Amino acid sequence: MGLIAIGAGVCMGLAAGGVGIGQGLAANGAMHGMSRQPELMGKILVNMILAMAIMETALVFGLIISIILLGKM
Amino acid sequence: MNLNELGSRIILYFGDSGKVFLSESTCYAIILAIILAILGIWLGSNLKPVPKGKQVWVELFVGWIYKFTEENLGKEYAKSFAPYLGSLIVWLFFANSLGLIGLRPITADVSVTAGLAAVSFLLIQVNAIRKLGIKGRIAEMCDPFHFMIIMEVISDLVFPVTLALRLFGNIFGGMIVVDLWLNLMSNLSAAFCPIPILRCITVIPLNLFFDMFEPLIQAYIFTILTAINMQRGMEGISPETVERRRLKKEARRAKREGRQLEQAS
Repeated sequence: MGLIAIGAGVCMGLAAGGVGIGQGLAANGAMHGMSRQPELMGKILVNMILAMAIMETALVFGLIISIILLGKM
Repeated sequence: MNLNELGSRIILYFGDSGKVFLSESTCYAIILAIILAILGIWLGSNLKPVPKGKQVWVELFVGWIYKFTEENLGKEYAKSFAPYLGSLIVWLFFANSLGLIGLRPITADVSVTAGLAAVSFLLIQVNAIRKLGIKGRIAEMCDPFHFMIIMEVISDLVFPVTLALRLFGNIFGGMIVVDLWLNLMSNLSAAFCPIPILRCITVIPLNLFFDMFEPLIQAYIFTILTAINMQRGMEGISPETVERRRLKKEARRAKREGRQLEQAS
């Protein structure tokens, strides 16, 4: 039972680490673009949110696995 | 934490076997569809040539839906598919944010999102085959090289799975976080008061994020992914590949004729 708990925690932790790095890179590019051309801020912002939600998908898959593991504990 | 208590409750049973039933999500979904239909009919009645009142908002929204469809699908398909994408985004926004009223969100049930993803998948494949024909569809999947068909088939089959699970996971996770917070507030306020007053105002930031912002984003993502994949499916084989294969065939035929002339002489 201890291994199931460790598995649930590690799954979510690794997923969050990867998503954090990825979304940070996307935000980096978006900030650079917005500071170069402030008149395109609306479009860049919308596309940044779209890209972040796609990266969030992997995090959500990890969340589902963690919840299933917690149920088995 | 019991996994069996996280699903939606069953409300209506049909027959004696206990296998045919209507769950709470299906009932809410039907009621929401009826409410949105009545709302749509009411908003579209008594249209005047010069808009005033509620017609201004309605025209703004419908214009935005048609522009969105046109820039993602191309001009000739915008009129046919804009109603589907428009109803999808409106229904999904209201379905995801039922947590504001205290009910269980409709799309926090994987059956509902799986049904929606299956409809989108069928739409994409049927339109691609109707426009390109079956040979054209297979040719499109072998675009630069012939072995790419394996990757394209896998990515096409995985698309509805990720579409359903993305929506389900986001809304279900939000529902769990709000539930946990409300339980914490109940337990805390049981220490000093018979009624759970701490549940009232402290939950507002969580509701703001999980029941207003996140449903809008997820509805938009579902719709725009369906639209983009539809456009990619109807695109067909790219002209560079057609050109390259034609040149290769001509080179091969020229070489064969050259060899036949050599053998004849």
